[in-house]
Parts: sequence; structure tokens; C-alpha cells
Amino acid sequence: MADAARNVTAPPLDSGAAQARPVSGEPVEMLLNMGPQHPSTHGVFRMVLWVDGEKIVDIVPHIGYLHRGSEKLCEGEQYHQVITLFDRLDYIANFNNEHVYVRAVERLMGLEVPERAEYLRVILCELNRIASHLLFIATMGLDAGAMTPSMFCFRGRERIQALFEAVSGARMMHNYFRIGGLKEDVPEDFMPRLRELMPQIREDLEESDKLLSFNEIFLARLKDISPVTAEDAIDYGLTGPCLRASGVEYDVRKAAPYSLYDRFDFNVPTGLDGDCWDRYYLRVQECYESLSIIEQAMEQMPAEGNVLSSLGRRLVRPPAGEVYVRAENPRGEIGVYLVSDGSDRPYRLKVRPPSFCNLSAIRLMLINTWVADSVVILGSLDIVMGEVDR
Amino acid sequence: MNCVLGPDNILYDTVLFREVYNFVGQVLPCWLSWFVAGFVIIFLLVNAVLLGAAAFSWMERRLIGKFQNRLGPNRWGPFGLFQPIADMVKLLFKEDLTPGTADKLVFLAVPVAMVAPVMLMLAVVPFAKDTALANLNVGVLYILAVTSVTSIAIFMAGWSSNNRFALFGAARGVAVLISYEVPVVVSLLGVVMLAGSMSLADVVSAQTLPFIIVQPMAFFVFVAGTAAELNRTPFDMAEAESELIAGYHTEYSGIKFAMIQAAEFGGVMAASGVIVTLFLGGWEGPAAHWLGWLWFLLKTMAVAVGFIWVRATFPRLRIDQLLALAWKFLLPVSLINLLATALEIYFLRDASGVLTRGDLGIMTGINLALMAGCVFLFGSLVREKVRPVAPGLPPGVTPVILPARESPARDLPAGETD
Repeated sequence: MADAARNVTAPPLDSGAAQARPVSGEPVEMLLNMGPQHPSTHGVFRMVLWVDGEKIVDIVPHIGYLHRGSEKLCEGEQYHQVITLFDRLDYIANFNNEHVYVRAVERLMGLEVPERAEYLRVILCELNRIASHLLFIATMGLDAGAMTPSMFCFRGRERIQALFEAVSGARMMHNYFRIGGLKEDVPEDFMPRLRELMPQIREDLEESDKLLSFNEIFLARLKDISPVTAEDAIDYGLTGPCLRASGVEYDVRKAAPYSLYDRFDFNVPTGLDGDCWDRYYLRVQECYESLSIIEQAMEQMPAEGNVLSSLGRRLVRPPAGEVYVRAENPRGEIGVYLVSDGSDRPYRLKVRPPSFCNLSAIRLMLINTWVADSVVILGSLDIVMGEVDR
Repeated sequence: MNCVLGPDNILYDTVLFREVYNFVGQVLPCWLSWFVAGFVIIFLLVNAVLLGAAAFSWMERRLIGKFQNRLGPNRWGPFGLFQPIADMVKLLFKEDLTPGTADKLVFLAVPVAMVAPVMLMLAVVPFAKDTALANLNVGVLYILAVTSVTSIAIFMAGWSSNNRFALFGAARGVAVLISYEVPVVVSLLGVVMLAGSMSLADVVSAQTLPFIIVQPMAFFVFVAGTAAELNRTPFDMAEAESELIAGYHTEYSGIKFAMIQAAEFGGVMAASGVIVTLFLGGWEGPAAHWLGWLWFLLKTMAVAVGFIWVRATFPRLRIDQLLALAWKFLLPVSLINLLATALEIYFLRDASGVLTRGDLGIMTGINLALMAGCVFLFGSLVREKVRPVAPGLPPGVTPVILPARESPARDLPAGETD
């Protein structure tokens, strides 16, 4: 048993956070297979833990259980059909995924998007960011053993999804963004409903925040667990909240403003220690920033106007060329590399998924922690397997 | 026939047994009425545990539903009251799986070994005046001994399942049970000293002031220890569902699983009953002679609701933190309590060794002050370690700012920027 594990493990990491396992001495370790069917591996992620008692000596991550060949599938679909595939990458943050893809095609074509459509996109993306973070807070509580905050968070997420349903007809997998704008304008009662929704989301956030964030047991479980230094975070290519928790202020919305993000005034919350609690609390704070962005967008948005440029109504045939576009998803920086040969289908489409790159640090983070910590640490990375496996 | 239980009989003090024996003894031969009375008692005990478990499972699901802004079971019966029956029927008809590599005999024995201690525990608890099924003169010791059996059952389950998650759960469960036995026993010594007896009936009658205020530290330690031994949140290490799937009973299904669940839920009710008896005055209350059972029931429910409330509120501790809590916090506190109680009794009791209500009042004051001191001392020790710094650009920290990388945009239409 131990020999098999030795064969499959990668060479020891030379990072200070993770010590190499003892090679000599009596083998006292045991293999513990977590996943792919495990309540808290967030989908179908599988970890083979090599444990000494309750201490994790080494870990081998296994991915690919949800591989659907999305990138290859994109090559057989017309440009507008690809949007549905992007819905299914990070299936918690559908609007953000659609946004980055349609922006890639628009940039390749040189399309100008109507201002109202772009504002609506930003509002929907930020709402989706909050919904995604609410799900994160819920699962973080569940991973640490608290049941009730999850229900409060799910209530808030349901409210947001009800609005999404009114807008696009679907709770998830919206297929609402179009190359050059939106499928159609939002329903008439969108703005009143959104105005009503904002304080409700704030209330749900505050409720779970009060119950969970500074709970003594929750702090004991999360504080100082698996700290990642800024250097390690950059080396491993962490992005999004996982990077910012380590004290690196890097947010694509600020660093390379896309869409309309240069028109809003918002902060980028940054952590100090890079431990699980920072990764958790940073997301809570990001929700409030997103709320502020939505409020500003609601004020600035033109009340009337076209939401789909006339070019987008036709069969999309971008000129031959290539483009790389990135955006700040709830989980980090998503990148889309698109090559066009001038036909109506992408020649090649490559996604840089944030969850996949964040997950690469799992070994660094898990070695020398406890088995009970492993679910909390994995939860704090906030992975979505649809995006990792693609 | 006319069989009558004599005062020299060992079961004479067990009022229920005596009454039943004398009643059926009028028509039945003595040896048969012996069996009948015993059967009646066992019947009552088993059904008390199972009904208590069913009621508790309904109450827990319903209440946690309320805590969490949802409905909870509400389909069958008024307020979903018959839900436990539906659950039980469902579990009865499920396939009863035994893993191929399991140690079959031990695997099979676990549900029995889990349920039996719970039933035995209730045997000495007085539901009302003179109604304990068996009024043992070593009742407190008996309860401690019987509850310890659970740890063996948990380890049997973990080992025989031949499943690593079950083994982890079992190892954790046994570590927790053994660690928490110590402070629980020490905390109960104070109660026993105050009552001057280990019989639960005597403990109840000694509570002219409820021991919860006379012995606040012992109460706190005992409740925490009980929660740990029952595998209740925040101490539900052995079956931490987010880490160990279901812990030691991962491999159990069907009726075996139902029995383990019944033992757990019934265990909460039985433990609540013990807590009520030891610290909350048992069946004492207005018109206790007639309504004692009602006060006992209400107090037990209140304690059980407390357990549910805690479960709905708190996350789960880690195993090392849990054991540290037992050895570094609960054990010192219970030892301080033992010392203080012993000194107080030594100085306050009168010549015949009796403690009056006034004496208890004085002890209450001293012990509450002591508890405040302990919480201040130990609490701040624990808190300093975990007090966080709120993230979000605090002053004095220079965040690293990366230069925005240029996106490659070869062959792009001119004049487009992102």
C-alpha cells in the first residue's frame, strides 16, 4: 500500500509551507481515498490522501471526472452556439463566463456594444458574483460543520436566481448574452425588482456574516490554516480571492479595466495572511463591493436604448485572427484565447480556467495539515469541477 | 396465590416493579408474576427509549427547519408528527447491506451494543417521585459506567466495517469518549458530595436549590462532556459528515442504521433526562407529587432543545482542538470546582453534616464568582490565539500591485482596445 503511494507521488515541494514527508523509518501512513463521491469535494474531485494518523503526509489530486471536451466541442459550433457551452464551464457563475466569451468575439470583430447592454451585462455579472460567493459562504460553513448559514445564503442566492429567471428564462445556464449585446431587453419590472432585491441580499449577507464569520469555533477552524505567502501564490498562478487573500492586490477589473469597470468606484479587498479565514472573509467583503458596483451601474445606466448591435443579428463571421481576452470571474482570472480562420466557427478556443490554476496549489496547501482541515482548505479554494475538467 | 414482595427483597425499593408484582401476584403464581413484572418494566423502558428517539428526531428536524427559515417535515400527520414512522418503515424495507470484507459477527452486534446502553441508562432515572425503574444506590456511578460502553460499540463499528472512513470515525470517537469521561466524572463528584449519595432519587431530593446554580461549572463541564459523548455538534467528530461521510456508521444501512440512529436520538433524550435529574431538580416543581412527570418531561425537552439549538448554531471543532478543550480547559475547571465544593462543604455543613438551603445559597455565590474568574482566565487564553485581523487594506500594509499584462492582439482590427 505504502509502496504504491510512493510511486504515484510527485517529488517533494521545496516550499517552506510544505515539508517533504519522511522517507525513512517505519511506514505508519495510510492511504485515504477522498472522492470522487465524497460530500465535500465540491463535485467530482478526488484526492488520495496519504495520512499519518490524522496528519496529511502527502496528497495526490485526480481530476478529469467531469471532462466533456468543451474546448473541442466549441470548434464544431457556430459562434453563438458556443455561448451555451460557456454557461456550462463554471456553472455557478454563468453570466461571467458568457461575458468573457462574447467580449472575445466582439473584440475580434471590432463590434461596438450598445451602452445599455454593457451596463446590464455588468449588473448581471456582479449579481452572479454575489450569488457565487453566497454559495461559497454556504459551502464553507458546511465544510466547517455549520448548517444554518448555508440556508441563509441559499435563500439569498435563490432570490438572485429568481431575478435571473425573469431576465433570461433560466435559473442557471442562461444563454442570454449575445455577440454584440443581449438576447433581448430585460423585462419591464427588472429595475424595481432589482431595487427591491439589493437590501434583501445585504440582509442575507449580514445574517450569515453575523452567525459565522467571527464565531470562535469557525475562527479556530479557519484562522492560520494553510497560509499561502504572496510569493507562493504568484508562483502557483493563483488568481482571484485566493491571490488577494495573500496580500497581492490584483483584480483584472482594476489592473486592466474591461467592459465598463473603469467607470465605477470600488475597492479591492486584500487579505494579510493568506489563510483560509482570509480567503473566506475576503469573499464576504467582495459581495459588498459588488453591491456597490451594481448601485452605481443602476444610477448610470441609460433607461432606454438598443441592447443588440445590428451586426450581432447576422451570422457571426469574425475576420481571421487571434485574440486573448481575460476577465475577473468570482473564482479568479478567466482567459479566453480564440483563433478564427474567418469561418462561422472558431478554429480553436482555449480557456484558462481560474479554478484549475487555483487547484494546482492544493498539494502545497494540504501537506502537514489535518484530515479535517483538508475539506476546509479545498472549500476555501472554491473550485468548480465543470471549469477544472472542462 | 397472593404473592407480595417482601421488604427484604432486592427489588423492593423499585416501586414500579413492586406494584406490578403485587398486582399480578393476586392471580398468578409467584414465579410467573416475577417474569410479568420484569417484562412490563423492560417493555416500558424499551418503548420509552424508542418513542423518545422518534419524538426527538421529529423535534430536531422540525426545530432546525424553523431555525433555518424552512419548513421541516410537515407532510404526514399534524405538523409532520408521524414522520419518524415513515422514516422507520422506509429504513425497514431498505436492503440490509453488509460489506463483503466486514467482520460479520462484530458488524452485526454493533446496533445492539449501541442501543443497549441508552436503555440501561434510563433505568435509574426517576421520572417522577418514586418511579425510577430501579432505584440503585450507586445510580451516578452506574450511569457513567453504562455510557462508557458506547465507546466500545463505536470502535466495534469502525473496526468491523473494514472502511477507512469508519475507522477514522471510530478512532476519533474513542479518543473523544475517553478524554471526556475524565472531566465528566470529576464534575459529577461535586454533585455527589452535595447530595451525599449516589442515588439519583437522593440527588433530586437534595436539590433544595437546583444544582445548576449551585454547581454552574460542573453543569457546564457535564453538558459539554455529554454533548461530546453523544457526538453532538460542535463535538460530532466521530461522524463529521463533511470530512468522514458518516464516520463509524458509514457502512450501515437499513434496520441496522435505524437502530444506530435510534440509539443516538434516544441517547440525547436519556442524557437530557440525566442532566435534568442531576442539575435541574428532576421532577421537582409546583405540585410535584402529582405533576412531577410533567415537570420532568418539560425540563428534559428544554435541555434537548438546547442541544438542538447548539447544533443549529455552531460549526464543528477539529479533533485536536476538541481534545485540547477537554484536557486543558474542562479538566482544570472541573478540578477547581471539585476543590471549591469540597472546601465549601467542609466549612458550611452543620454538626450532622446537613447542608441547608442557606448554605447552598452561599455556595452559589462563591461558585458563580469562581466560574466568572475561570471564564475570564481561561477564556482569554483561548481567545487570544484566534482573534483575527480583519482583511481589507489595513493601514501600514503595502499590497503588491502587479503590472497589467498586455493581451496579445495580433491581426486585430485597428483601433480596438479592451
